[in-house]
Order: sequence, then structure tokens, then C-alpha cells
Amino acid sequence: MKKRAFIKSLPIMCSYIFVAMAYGIMMEESGFAWYLSLLVSMTVYTGAFQFVLITFLSGGASLVTIALTAFLMNSRQSFYSLAFLDEFKAMGKRKWYMIHTMTDETFAVNTTLEADMPKKERQDMMFYVALFSRGYWMLGAVLGGVLGQLIPYDMEGIDFCMTALFVIIFIDQWEKNTSHRPALIGLAVGIVCLFIFGASSFMLPALLVTSGILIAMTGQKGAAHE
Amino acid sequence: MSKYGYIAAAIALSAAITFFLRALPFLAFRGEHGMPGWLERLGKLLPQAIMAVLIVYCLKDVRTDWVHTGIPEIAGVIATAASYKWKHNTLVSILLGTATCMLLIHIL
Repeated sequence: MKKRAFIKSLPIMCSYIFVAMAYGIMMEESGFAWYLSLLVSMTVYTGAFQFVLITFLSGGASLVTIALTAFLMNSRQSFYSLAFLDEFKAMGKRKWYMIHTMTDETFAVNTTLEADMPKKERQDMMFYVALFSRGYWMLGAVLGGVLGQLIPYDMEGIDFCMTALFVIIFIDQWEKNTSHRPALIGLAVGIVCLFIFGASSFMLPALLVTSGILIAMTGQKGAAHE
Repeated sequence: MSKYGYIAAAIALSAAITFFLRALPFLAFRGEHGMPGWLERLGKLLPQAIMAVLIVYCLKDVRTDWVHTGIPEIAGVIATAASYKWKHNTLVSILLGTATCMLLIHIL
């Protein structure tokens, strides 16, 4: 079973070790040592937000901004957990570990598991995929941190890997969704807030206004249906 | 707050919120019925809007330093987006975009 789970986790390994290494290098470049990268990867364990957290930490963003960004960026995890509500409930002690390790990638792999697999086998498979994936992520973060210390050249610009990652996620979402209104609203509100509040303090108002508009939109649509 | 206190608080807060969100369905929806409809719709719309705000956040310094930040980062975004539209390979596009950006920072 461990071997089959390992094979299932191979695509996650390629992306996690690479992205987490970029994370570790970027942390190191911002003055945070590998053990901090490991600590964040172990406790927070969420790809995109960990990158944003680096710039927040080095810029000294307020805890309110950090909390709201964590909340909005990671709220999608709630929807992933929801899909596996009954299955995780049946997993006893492993339930809390399964909840903690739910990410975009493990969710994607879990949804590809054959539905007719025996229940026990399925549960073991999901558990080991989660276990291995978290391991790759932590390993990558430490490797990146150590590598960041060793690299003698000027690594200025390495933090662009975060921008690249977000551009890719943005394109994926753009292709998946028929309505591009939310993306355009986010873009417009972000730019307007940047001009009004300036680079160091526009995130909080931008996130609040964007989610406010979307809540109003979904509320209205719901009312029209009912 | 000391620097270490701030970092510790920020990490603890992030970890707690993230875990809370992952556990939320187990706490809130114990019964048979799932999420209310509007919340489910919001869950579909929110991620793209937040990602758009984050891209603005990543490029926030472009305006203030056009030569050293603007050109390299915008070229990096173009390289990332174009290569991703073409091949749909995450690793290649991140490498290409970041390399483009770093190279231009050194040249300019």
C-alpha cells in the first residue's frame, strides 16, 4: 500500500519539493533561517499563502492583515474538506491529520482514487499520500533554506517565483471559470486601492472591498433564484 | 511587540486560521445538509478574485521603480503567462519567468 501511495504521490513530489525549495530560498533571502521555513511548513502548510507571509513578515504587516489574508486565501480548504466529510469522519484518530494535510494537490489526488476501491485500502491510500506530501513539502523548505545559505551569487529577483506561481494559478482559474467577473473585480479593486492607499497598506482594504462585492453579488443571485 | 514575538504571533495566527478553515465543515456541518447555497457560490467565485488581488500585491512596486522593478517583473509575467498558455507546465513556466526577471534585474 505504501508503495502504491508513493506512486500516486509522485506528481505531488515534483511540484512540492520544487515550490517548497523556492519558498525556503526566498525565506533565507529575507533573513529567515531554514528552521523557520520548516516551522511554517509544518504548522501552516499551505502553498501560496506561505509565500505571501514572507513578504508580510519582512514588511511588518499588521496581524489583522495577516489574519484576513490567511482567512481569504485559505477559505477554499473548507470546500475541499467538505467533499471528504464522511470519509474523514470514518478514519478515527487519523481524521485530524487528514484535515490538517488537506491541500489543493492532495484534494486533487484524492478525487482521482477509484471509487470502487475497498474502504480500508482507500483510507490507507489517502493517509499515506497526505503523509508523503507533507514530507516533501517540509523537505523542500529545509533544502531551499540550506541552499539559500550556500548559493554565493546575488539572488535578487528570486522572489518572483511567487508572482509566477500566482500568475499560473490565475490562468488555471481563468480557464476553468466561465464568468471572469470575479477576477476582473479583484484586479480593478486591487489597482484602485493600490493608488489610494499606497503599496504598504492597500492589501487590507482591497481584500475587504473585493470580498464585500462578491458577498453582495452571491446574495443577490441567491435572492433571484428563491 | 518584539521582533520574535511578532513573528511567533504571525505564524501561530496563520496556522490556527488555516487549520480552523480546514476543520470548519467538521465543526459547522455535522448534520446531513451541506453548506447554504450562497456560501457555496461564494466559494466558487472568491478564489479567482483573491488571486487577482494577490497579483496586484506582487507587482505593487512596479510603479515606484520602473527600470529596476517594472521592466523585469512585467517581462517575467509575460514569460510565465505565455509559456504556461503554450505548454501548461507549471515548473517550466515558474523557472522561465523567474529566470527572465532575475536576468533583467542584473542587466538593467
